[in-house]
Amino acid sequence: MKVTSVNELEAIRSEILAGKDQDKPCIAVCGGPGCLANQCLEVRDAFVNEIAAKGLTDKVDVRTTGCHGFCECGPIALIYPQEIFYQGLSIDDIPEIIEETIINNKTVDRLLYTDDEAGQLVETEGEVPFYKQQMRLILGNNSKIDPHSIEDYIAIGGYSALAKVLGGMQPMDVVDEIKNSGIRGRGGGGFPTGRKWESTRNAEGDIKYVICNADEGDPGAFMDRSILEGNPHSVLEGMIIGAYAIGSNEGYVYVRNEYPLALKNINLAIKQAREAGLLGDNILGSGFNFDLKVNRGGGAFVCGESTALMASLEGKPGEPRAKYIHTSDKGLWDRPSNLNNVETWANIPLIINNGADWYSAIGTESSKGTKVFSLVGKINNTGLVEVPMGMTLREIIFDIGGGIPDNKAFKAVQTGGPSGGCIPESLIDLPVDYDRLTEVGSMMGSGGMIVMDEDTCMVDVARYFINFLMEESCGKCVPCREGLLRMGEILTDITEGRGRMEDLDLIQDLSEVLRDASLCGLGQTAPNPVMSTLKYFRNEYEAHIKDHKCPAGVCTELITYSIDAGNCTGCGLCLKKCPAEAITGETKQPHVLDAGKCIKCGICYDVCKFDAVRKE
Amino acid sequence: MTANESKLDSIIDEYNAEPGSLISILQDIQAEYNYLPEESLEYVAKRLDIPRVQVFGVATFFKAFSLKPKGRQQIHVCMGTACHVRGSKKVLEELERKLEIKAGDTTPDGEFTLETVNCVGACALGPVVVENEEYHGEMTPIKVESLLNSK
Ligand SMILES: Cc1cc2nc3c(=O)[nH]c(=O)nc-3n(C[C@H](O)[C@H](O)[C@H](O)COP(=O)(O)O)c2cc1C
Ligand code: FES
Repeated sequence: MKVTSVNELEAIRSEILAGKDQDKPCIAVCGGPGCLANQCLEVRDAFVNEIAAKGLTDKVDVRTTGCHGFCECGPIALIYPQEIFYQGLSIDDIPEIIEETIINNKTVDRLLYTDDEAGQLVETEGEVPFYKQQMRLILGNNSKIDPHSIEDYIAIGGYSALAKVLGGMQPMDVVDEIKNSGIRGRGGGGFPTGRKWESTRNAEGDIKYVICNADEGDPGAFMDRSILEGNPHSVLEGMIIGAYAIGSNEGYVYVRNEYPLALKNINLAIKQAREAGLLGDNILGSGFNFDLKVNRGGGAFVCGESTALMASLEGKPGEPRAKYIHTSDKGLWDRPSNLNNVETWANIPLIINNGADWYSAIGTESSKGTKVFSLVGKINNTGLVEVPMGMTLREIIFDIGGGIPDNKAFKAVQTGGPSGGCIPESLIDLPVDYDRLTEVGSMMGSGGMIVMDEDTCMVDVARYFINFLMEESCGKCVPCREGLLRMGEILTDITEGRGRMEDLDLIQDLSEVLRDASLCGLGQTAPNPVMSTLKYFRNEYEAHIKDHKCPAGVCTELITYSIDAGNCTGCGLCLKKCPAEAITGETKQPHVLDAGKCIKCGICYDVCKFDAVRKE
Repeated sequence: MTANESKLDSIIDEYNAEPGSLISILQDIQAEYNYLPEESLEYVAKRLDIPRVQVFGVATFFKAFSLKPKGRQQIHVCMGTACHVRGSKKVLEELERKLEIKAGDTTPDGEFTLETVNCVGACALGPVVVENEEYHGEMTPIKVESLLNSK
């Protein structure tokens, strides 16, 4: 397929659509990271084999897609055209689905989702409470296309935004449209995208670069991965439009090393786009040239930072530099460079197709459009959710996320990754937008949302993030390198019972120095997890310091295990499993735990079926 | 030497011996040998005509590179935030006890390498352990034994 003009693209689209029978059954099996880990490919193969065995190969399509979002229920399959939502699939379920649903047009009720609140089964994806309140402008297409097929993308309207731009918009019109849409960067800082494009456009220089940040270093987040794996052409389309607006002919996609499938899919998409004439010279006959290269990251969190990323693209260690000269003036190889996040790029075709007014009507005053969050941790419905900006934390966590498992109490939600903070229960009605999150001491970040319950220790969480950042600090500037080391020591002392009340002031001081004096965003925002936990959960710090107790029962140095003789039936399971031989006792007699030998691994607590192991 | 020059040449030539492609070149060498043999770094420096310190700088800066040979089986324990709040530390400690090595090390018989990673993108299933590219979700210390025994 080679598309040489805007009109030809439309002709090809009509041709693809004419060749597709909309009523033909299609089984879309989720191949996202969560389902992959749940052996969804075996489920997919079982569908293919069963269909072949029934002689239906020409009558039913099977599609392996990107992430559908509801990881908790994986493996998932959607049956088109009805959009029946089947969950928790295993290979044994497949013959029944083919027989009942495909052949007899009936649902297999035991594989449907149960809406507990309404107390009934739901048939289609749109009725599942998890999906009902979302607005899936970006992620929604994942289940509709095979990420390896450019035809599928074109069939759902793909590259029409590019055609619109190249078919009659001036570069400045494009920049204005993006500015008017109000979109802000999805990678962390929330900088207005249109203004960034304009600066790079206006910068001096013949050679300019556009770059896609797919380093996704925020632990606990997998939005960018799912977009790149599930719909790589949407990112490409955004980048080509951006390059045209900015006046760039060369671009890069910088993909995290741990994401081999994302790498494979974006490489394939680039190859297809090149063959189709959507990348390369004279795109759609417009005279505009643009091509892209893909680079793999080296597994360093700091390389998500713009200047470090560019250093790494140049083949150097990923150390950031001071940014008094902006990368829009001097970035990659000292040339004007425009870096945007994966999700930012994926939003661009939507804005161009539907217009800035449509886009800016979604969201809040200062934050427009939707945002994808990875809703994980102590939450019932884990997965990826996409909601309009301004939805409250309560709606996201309780209505969509289904609340906290095992009837535990919600304690906090952490947003913004290692640069963000922990938001307590008292702020659960906060609308989620860039500015409101910053006001309460956290930030939007790239979209990680880690839910914590009563069993999560907030001091341990603070220590976790500081240790993470300490290891990831590139070591170039002193406040970050030394400051994080000292903060880590202090927090470790507190979690191990050696803390002093003065330490809390010291952490406060250190935090201010880090914030003011660090070279890049890593150090500047590093205090957020500590400051926010100290602000909202000071009582937990004090319990560790004054009472030598970890109220959540997490910090091993401050807890002891014992056996409650009243509940112990002497079943011997803990004795058998204890790796330290710290438990003794006769069968059917209450057992005893020797605290001196106990290594506090918690295995006895986990295996006991009679609630006889105490943790204090 | 462990690394064979014609193999290295073919990797380096694929990138036209461009210094800007240093990271990609090292990634391909690592994929070939499972680690970066020291001689290969010297050879790369010579071929790309850049100082050795630049090659060693890059090779030691990024986590993806290892200057030590790795075990036949690789076990990666996710220590990302989602896995952390669900107890990945206890899983790691149990693996360290069972394998009698610390994270980052390889068993003396060269069988297992135990490593930590920060998020493998399967957060919904945390705690996650990846052994030789196979994901194991909802891990607990108790499940560690059967994970190792299935090998
Ligand atoms: C330490 C650090 C790590 C970062 N990691 C990422 C990342 O993994 N992905 C990302 O898109 N942005 C990351 N950023 C933000 C980038 O520097 C940059 O602001 C962003 O990619 C710009 O794109 P946007 O305007 O579309 O958000 C990071 C920033 C810092 C300071
Ligand atoms: S935090 Fe472990 S997979 Fe993401």
